[in-house]
Amino acid sequence: MSRQPQRALTEGPWVRALLISVALAFIGLFLLLPLIVVFTEALRNGVLPYLAAIREPDAVSALLLSLKIVAIVVPINVTFGIFAAWAIAKFRFPGRSLLVSLIDLPFAVSPVISGLVYVLLLGSRGVMGPLLQDWDIQIIFALPGMVLATLFVTFPFVARELIALMEQQGNDEEYAARTLGAGGWQIFLRVTLPNIKWALLYGALLSAARALGEFGAVSVVSGHVRGYTNTLPLQVEILYNEYQFQAAFAVASLLALFALVTLLLKTVLEHRYGRELKTH
Amino acid sequence: MNSLAQQRRTLPGFGLAMGVTITYLSLIVLLPLATMLLSSLGNGPAFWWQAVSAPRVLAALRLSFGASMAAAAVDVVFGLIIAWVLVRYRFVGRRWFDALIDLPFALPTAVAGITLSALYAGNGWLGQYLEPWGIKVAFTRLGVFVALVFVALPFIVRTVQPVLLDLDKECEEAAATLGASRWQTFRQVLWPSLAPALLTGFTMALARAVGEYGSVIFIAGNLPRVSEIAPLLITIKLEQYDYVGAAAIGSAMLLLSFVLLLVLNLLQRRLQRVQR
Repeated sequence: MSRQPQRALTEGPWVRALLISVALAFIGLFLLLPLIVVFTEALRNGVLPYLAAIREPDAVSALLLSLKIVAIVVPINVTFGIFAAWAIAKFRFPGRSLLVSLIDLPFAVSPVISGLVYVLLLGSRGVMGPLLQDWDIQIIFALPGMVLATLFVTFPFVARELIALMEQQGNDEEYAARTLGAGGWQIFLRVTLPNIKWALLYGALLSAARALGEFGAVSVVSGHVRGYTNTLPLQVEILYNEYQFQAAFAVASLLALFALVTLLLKTVLEHRYGRELKTH
Repeated sequence: MNSLAQQRRTLPGFGLAMGVTITYLSLIVLLPLATMLLSSLGNGPAFWWQAVSAPRVLAALRLSFGASMAAAAVDVVFGLIIAWVLVRYRFVGRRWFDALIDLPFALPTAVAGITLSALYAGNGWLGQYLEPWGIKVAFTRLGVFVALVFVALPFIVRTVQPVLLDLDKECEEAAATLGASRWQTFRQVLWPSLAPALLTGFTMALARAVGEYGSVIFIAGNLPRVSEIAPLLITIKLEQYDYVGAAAIGSAMLLLSFVLLLVLNLLQRRLQRVQR
């Protein structure tokens, strides 16, 4: 082979070096540096103030509330995701692509709007406000409202992972089980579930990460009642606005740590079970 | 085995799964969104227009959409370079950098917000070097743009990466054998496959950036008519109990996003037709 085409198959060493430098500089500036800033600012005054900040009662109750929301939201997302994926991936029906678009819709809606819609529907001055007040039910500025807003924001995560995977896998194995006389639940538990378990975990992981870190939507429906309706991200905002920067970054570092764990688990899942996740 | 009736007979659970899906979708997403659209017209269409065309609201909408487009466009350029480098070259730490790309997805927006303002404030990590040059990032529109560049980056990289991985090396080899320079090969062989992916990434990045709240509000300074984004204005209206005004801005944002996505999708279709 002559040298000419060999050389034209890749870029020259200088172009290569330039492209790598540009890419790494951009990643360093926009992704790595912020990560370093969070932990440095959190530990600015040393370890003891850091520990004090994350053990502070308001921070602890914010952490517990955040975890409570995750514990409620993720199982609901998983359940809905399975039903939606079963209907959409296993059957053909008119309006199917519209349904898929509607499931993705929350991705295109601002988090603030995701909170706003529930205030308009269920707030004391909202459409159902008077009715709820008669029954003495408080949704907005309380836990149920924060759960609803988070459900809206995390709506597509599990469903879209499962739909993509199950469409690709097809129905052959389920048909075979059916022919052998298996019932619906049996088919699902013994055939489908083992095929989608990693994608299910992947979707659950993404929706848990988003539920834990959601800020805009929860902020709108929370009412900022300190120690009662504050999640971790809202606590970060409060501390920051009170100029308690070190404490704000200490609480933020907890969230950053969760984010890093999420990235790690996500990468592990993609590398080990990439083929069983399909889209990645 | 392809007729509707046959398939339904073959696998059970269609009715139950469909029923749960439609009910849950309606309760959690559709009903609340419809409430907002109706509420926004609560005082009549003239009031809606008045609320949306107020100078402060127009400025906020212009900033949200303008800065998002600029940020997504910048990310298209750097995202393509990053995806290219991650897919085509081998270097130390490549996997770590690859994993880091998803950080803006995983890092809570409030954390990103306070971190970016710590970086770019006048006395911040980078701000102290930028301000002597007359470059003010924090509390200006430039700050909004920087935050949105952070938020939108993974959308571009993650849509381009799989396309680059799937590209057939043989076409490039053929082009090279026929005497094409590397740039010609890129322009004529690679670009037609990359362009639709870049447009898809741009569209997703834009949709996300337009509504972004948490990572922007800390660095923007939120000066009315200067660096105030539309989602923030919604929360301000809500705090003033101006529910109709808040709903009007929300519906205007949805409407604009919808039109924008429609245009970009049409463009996408044309791009793919030209290719064929």
